[in-house]
Amino acid sequence: MNDFRIPLGSWVESFVDFITDTFGFIFDFVRAGFDGAYEGVEFLLGAPPFWAIMLVLGVLALGIRGWKFAVGTVVGLLVILGVDQWDNAMDTLALVLVASVLAIVISVPLGILAAKSTLASNIIRPVLDFMQTMPAFVYLIPALILFRIGVVPGIVATIIFAMAPGVRLTELGIRSVDQEVVEAGQAFGASPWRILRQIQLPLATPSIMAGINQVIMLSLSMVVISGLVGAGGLGAQVIASLNRIDIALGFEAGLAVVILAIFLDRITASLGSSDSGGLFGSIRRVLRSRRGTDAAASVADTNLAPHPARV
Amino acid sequence: MTESPETIAVKADNLYKAFGRRPHEIVKKLKAGKSRAEISSLGVAAVIDASFEVKKGEIFVVMGLSGSGKSTLIRMLNGLWDTTSGTVTVGGTDITRVSARELRDVRRKNISMVFQHFALLPHRTVIDNVAYGLEIQGMGRTERLAKAQIIIDLVGLAGWADNLPSELSGGMQQRVGLGRALAADTDVLLMDEAFSALDPLIRREMQEQLIELQAALGKTIIFITHDLNEAMFLGDRIAVMRDGRIVQIGTPEEILTDPANDYVAQFVQDVDRARVLTAASVMEPVRSVITKTAGPRAALRTMRDLQTSVTFVLNRDRSFAGIVRDRDVLKLVKAGETDLGGIIRDDAKAVLPETALVDLVEPSVESELPIAVVDEKNRLLGVIPRVTLLAAIGNVTSNTGPLPVVLPPATISISQITEILGETADDTQIDTEGVHA
Repeated sequence: MNDFRIPLGSWVESFVDFITDTFGFIFDFVRAGFDGAYEGVEFLLGAPPFWAIMLVLGVLALGIRGWKFAVGTVVGLLVILGVDQWDNAMDTLALVLVASVLAIVISVPLGILAAKSTLASNIIRPVLDFMQTMPAFVYLIPALILFRIGVVPGIVATIIFAMAPGVRLTELGIRSVDQEVVEAGQAFGASPWRILRQIQLPLATPSIMAGINQVIMLSLSMVVISGLVGAGGLGAQVIASLNRIDIALGFEAGLAVVILAIFLDRITASLGSSDSGGLFGSIRRVLRSRRGTDAAASVADTNLAPHPARV
Repeated sequence: MTESPETIAVKADNLYKAFGRRPHEIVKKLKAGKSRAEISSLGVAAVIDASFEVKKGEIFVVMGLSGSGKSTLIRMLNGLWDTTSGTVTVGGTDITRVSARELRDVRRKNISMVFQHFALLPHRTVIDNVAYGLEIQGMGRTERLAKAQIIIDLVGLAGWADNLPSELSGGMQQRVGLGRALAADTDVLLMDEAFSALDPLIRREMQEQLIELQAALGKTIIFITHDLNEAMFLGDRIAVMRDGRIVQIGTPEEILTDPANDYVAQFVQDVDRARVLTAASVMEPVRSVITKTAGPRAALRTMRDLQTSVTFVLNRDRSFAGIVRDRDVLKLVKAGETDLGGIIRDDAKAVLPETALVDLVEPSVESELPIAVVDEKNRLLGVIPRVTLLAAIGNVTSNTGPLPVVLPPATISISQITEILGETADDTQIDTEGVHA
């Protein structure tokens, strides 16, 4: 019995070697692209003084959720600044943004495909299961080999780990759109593309936004792990504190991650619901009702004998 | 069923729809004469051998209980679901054989639909919902909004154009659904249980409005319902479905008076017959009738022979003049007068043939006389005595025996009449002249 051994691990290793040798140039290209994107975003977040970033994020919080959340955001950011993790936090934020945007760009179309085709859904689902349950550290190894040490293997591993809920919730959202409304689109002669754009995607938005929210949260949890491969930021601080058994540093870096997580979660959760209490929503509602009364007035003008509204 | 193609809006020929692993095999077995139960191991036969033609400008109602296949049937008429076998012709195009693009074209131009649960786009305002069909047809924004506004006023939603559907009541939401279908300006409207989700008062109002709109716009409407009273109220013709098959197609009156089988008969027994049956369908031939020129002696003789105290009188052009009573005629005969004109009364109520029985109850209560049924030119078509009316409303078969009393009974004895006729007889040939059997 001891002789029986499936050399699955070495097969995968040979496969990864083969890929590295054969498609190395592709990975170099991807590496350059991801690296560039990360550097760009990091520059945007890191170059301006802290108060400018704080102001922008505070206004964003005010617009999307309201003044309470804006105050909370500013206080949270001040705490990060106060524990001297500002630069690391901005690095991590940049990493999360790049990784989640890429994960969303990949996962939402995949979710649409899975919703449209049962075959695609049957293929995609087990792959997602695999990606989600495989221990996250395992991705780091091939990512490390393919993209070498630095921020890119972190981004790639994060994308793979985080995209699953984006695909799943997009598929679920589109599949659970009221069939009769989709039939209405078909019955009036709308093309499948138009039905997707005008009916399925708008009606699936809450579900898709919940998926995007999950993608961002998973990205954030993964960027810490990707500190292991030299991605820097708060992840590197957490790893360093672990190596040195430095409770003080560990707590400060960890708290900074929590503050970022709460900020990102609340912001994306609000984007999903249509009537948020934020300033942007109120402005939109005011504009809409004003347009409504204008239109009603013009109707009354053109209609000399308006019919009474009947119930 | 031999209409020329120009007058047919929608035509279905031997439609089958089966669900299961091998739908074509199911259809093959059904065609070979197997029943729905026998193929149940293979799958479900939702629609079996449905054929019908819907004329332009007609309201065609498909009625059946849930599971009878009516919703499947209507979805095959605009190609939302494929047919397993058979053809559907809409506006001259066989939509079972066209490409997806051509099918979309047919839907844009020829056939639109109203849904049971309204199926409005919740994120769009009322006016944008109404304009949806026009938007798909490629009409510009200003033009389609102007057109949608006209439709919104037409369906009674003026002032609600900029509200979201969620801000409207169920009845109003379905007005939006109806408006959306009307705005698309197709000849054919499919309505899938369109009023079933509304409460009864609103439903009645919508039904009446639909009939008004149909009369004004001349659309062909195919209406699906499980409510027989709704079917009877709306339908020019009704197809009754059971277990995937159409068991009878006919006018509401035909379905009511001549059900094709026990199922239909059982189904229609609860219908409010007084609202469906019309004067024309229950009236009886007039026996006691004379022309005005026949004179009093002929009138008296007719009444004697039929044992009545009243006879109907027609003018020379056969239009309905009124009635005469035996006592008046007797006086006339005794006095030797020959002109009936002076004693004709107009207390018999005359109605048009399409009057519903429910509207005959009151006149029937007010007068013992039978109600006269006349056409637009006032020609007497038949009469409805009180007994006939009661028998029709109560669904008592009136052909098993002679009805005892059709006209008010004679008030003067036969012998007396004969005596008087004999006394006053100067010539004998006039008597038979004005009598109509």
